[in-house]
Amino acid sequence: MVLQSSERHYRDWDHRRLGPWCSPTGSPAPLSCETGCGEGSWILVCRLLVPTQVSLLSMEEDIDTRKINNSFLRDHSYATEADIISTVEFNHTGELLATGDKGGRVVIFQREQESKNQVHRRGEYNVYSTFQSHEPEFDYLKSLEIEEKINKIRWLPQQNAAYFLLSTNDKTVKLWKVSERDKRPEGYNLKDEEGRLRDPATITTLRVPVLRPMDLMVEATPRRVFANAHTYHINSISVNSDYETYMSADDLRINLWNFEITNQSFNIVDIKPANMEELTEVITAAEFHPHHCNTFVYSSSKGTIRLCDMRASALCDRHTKFFEEPEDPSNRSFFSEIISSISDVKFSHSGRYIMTRDYLTVKVWDLNMENRPIETYQVHDYLRSKLCSLYENDCIFDKFECVWNGSDSVIMTGSYNNFFRMFDRNTKRDVTLEASRENSKPRAILKPRKVCVGGKRRKDEISVDSLDFSKKILHTAWHPSENIIAVAATNNLYIFQDKVN
Amino acid sequence: MFARGLKRKCVGHEEDVEGALAGLKTVSSYSLQRQSLLDMSLVKLQLCHMLVEPNLCRSVLIANTVRQIQEEMTQDGTWRAVAPQAAGRAPLDRLVSTEILCRAAWEQEGACPAPGLGDGHTQGPVSDLCPVTSAQAPRHPQSSVWEMDGPRENRGSFHKSLDQIFETLETKNPSCMEELFSDVDSPYYDLDTVLTGMMGGARPGPCEGLEGLAPATPGPSSSCKSDLGELDHVVEILVET
Repeated sequence: MVLQSSERHYRDWDHRRLGPWCSPTGSPAPLSCETGCGEGSWILVCRLLVPTQVSLLSMEEDIDTRKINNSFLRDHSYATEADIISTVEFNHTGELLATGDKGGRVVIFQREQESKNQVHRRGEYNVYSTFQSHEPEFDYLKSLEIEEKINKIRWLPQQNAAYFLLSTNDKTVKLWKVSERDKRPEGYNLKDEEGRLRDPATITTLRVPVLRPMDLMVEATPRRVFANAHTYHINSISVNSDYETYMSADDLRINLWNFEITNQSFNIVDIKPANMEELTEVITAAEFHPHHCNTFVYSSSKGTIRLCDMRASALCDRHTKFFEEPEDPSNRSFFSEIISSISDVKFSHSGRYIMTRDYLTVKVWDLNMENRPIETYQVHDYLRSKLCSLYENDCIFDKFECVWNGSDSVIMTGSYNNFFRMFDRNTKRDVTLEASRENSKPRAILKPRKVCVGGKRRKDEISVDSLDFSKKILHTAWHPSENIIAVAATNNLYIFQDKVN
Repeated sequence: MFARGLKRKCVGHEEDVEGALAGLKTVSSYSLQRQSLLDMSLVKLQLCHMLVEPNLCRSVLIANTVRQIQEEMTQDGTWRAVAPQAAGRAPLDRLVSTEILCRAAWEQEGACPAPGLGDGHTQGPVSDLCPVTSAQAPRHPQSSVWEMDGPRENRGSFHKSLDQIFETLETKNPSCMEELFSDVDSPYYDLDTVLTGMMGGARPGPCEGLEGLAPATPGPSSSCKSDLGELDHVVEILVET
């Protein structure tokens, strides 16, 4: 498959050739999403790096592309802030994986097709399409910049040959159509070789153009722009199960859109107080129920989740259900509210549960029980004694996301030091893995990591004080049906796979 | 170091002093930590990103933390009385803008946290207290700006205050300020218009950016005219730098 001419994306070819790949176990492999997370069964499939500037290549004298790629990839100093990945999302089949970055770009990866010759390459993703989704803007009235950073990408379910996705920055949502073109009409005789129109008097025959195959080209076109509906910064978008509407949520309001209509949206939640001085709570995330198109949830900075039914009233300021866990008085501190602020909320695929992520924990709630979660998982409780320092360096405000696996049996979320955690809800086992170049050989099994809290540090453990808080994993995604995960670490995208695959 | 308000005991009463000191130390270290957290929070609220709107969620969480500390300190009795003009303006059950409360307290303590970190100031650690800067002097324009903030619908930011804007201006090099005012055309040279435009909610971008501000904010300037008296005072300060 030929990539777009503006290709600037390079695979880490070296790693792929170096390591042996794992041979499958002797026993028949169970259905991939039922294997759970296990311990030590994850392998690195590929690491993808997307550089910003083509001009950086000219700094290399050697024009051999592969050599440039390799030297480029080894030196992190070339990576700019615009390359920082800000969102990751698989589409509904898992064939495509989209990333958005701080520079307003969207990069779509496509899964390598299965082929008899190269069985080991299945499960790897290659660049499929790249486009600039959002540009930086300047709000002249407020004299403020509007960042082009892509906050969220959400795919629409596929309804024809083209793919559709929504991408959003702080203020504007866009609907993009990504389609393939592999045929080109040829045989026009109305223009000459230079493309100039020929004098009609010189044309003596009527020639019908014929479609001939051409190199595959993937093009992305913006089909809708949904602008000027948000005063505050958009933090979430969610496609409704009716596939006709979607919602966009900012700090204080949630709007409902129809895909076909860009100049109007319905405001369905508004928590802005009449007097801004009274503002004490903001909306942090929102999502539609996966099956009931009238139901959605939104989370707040006070650690609460509200479930709303759009049939109840046009403006859903009064919730149908209110989820809040009573505070543990023994753990109370000045930071209690900040660490209870929910950074992400996700429905399970079944629609029966919601998962929330706050600073130190991930919680699973049953929709039928509002007064407390049914499960609580500690992500990095060793940070509880460091909250003051984390407040000082602003890390306490980091917004981690959380994801379900396809069967809702395993949940995953990120942490610091490029660590990410998985929790198996059935076995109650958990594992900490690391997404880093140094520690992951291709196709070698990822070694579980452990943070030592105090006292004696065992070999291979890392102490809390050695953690690198600048390396945070905020965005992860799980393939909808297989045990393939995508983990974004700054400007690197890691794809891991369960080895039994 | 002792907690605020507690007097040092004279060295003569040794046994009492030791016991009292031990008690004082536990009390004072908590108070110190709390005070340090309060100062840190206020600095975080003050630091404004020059060109991009600050994160509203973060600002709200920090402001709530400040409120919590204030409430606790009020209960402790360690919180100084609020300045009369601030208290009179709003019902007491609703916490007035935390910044105003805190500034009123600082005036009495004679200390404030360092404004925008960076150029132009000799900086210690964040929690160090340093003397009030000259930009803190005008109180009235700040409170009136806050009121003005209320009805304006399209504000994304939770707290924009005149002080913030002027602090940021202060951190710029003096040469930058001269450059700013020397390059503008005569219609823009009306300092009042420029400052009114800024007060109307625009953030000070780089020096060049301010030149484009004056024509861009026709609306707010009308409501700002009443504050020009206070502005004169501020202008004097700026011109002196």
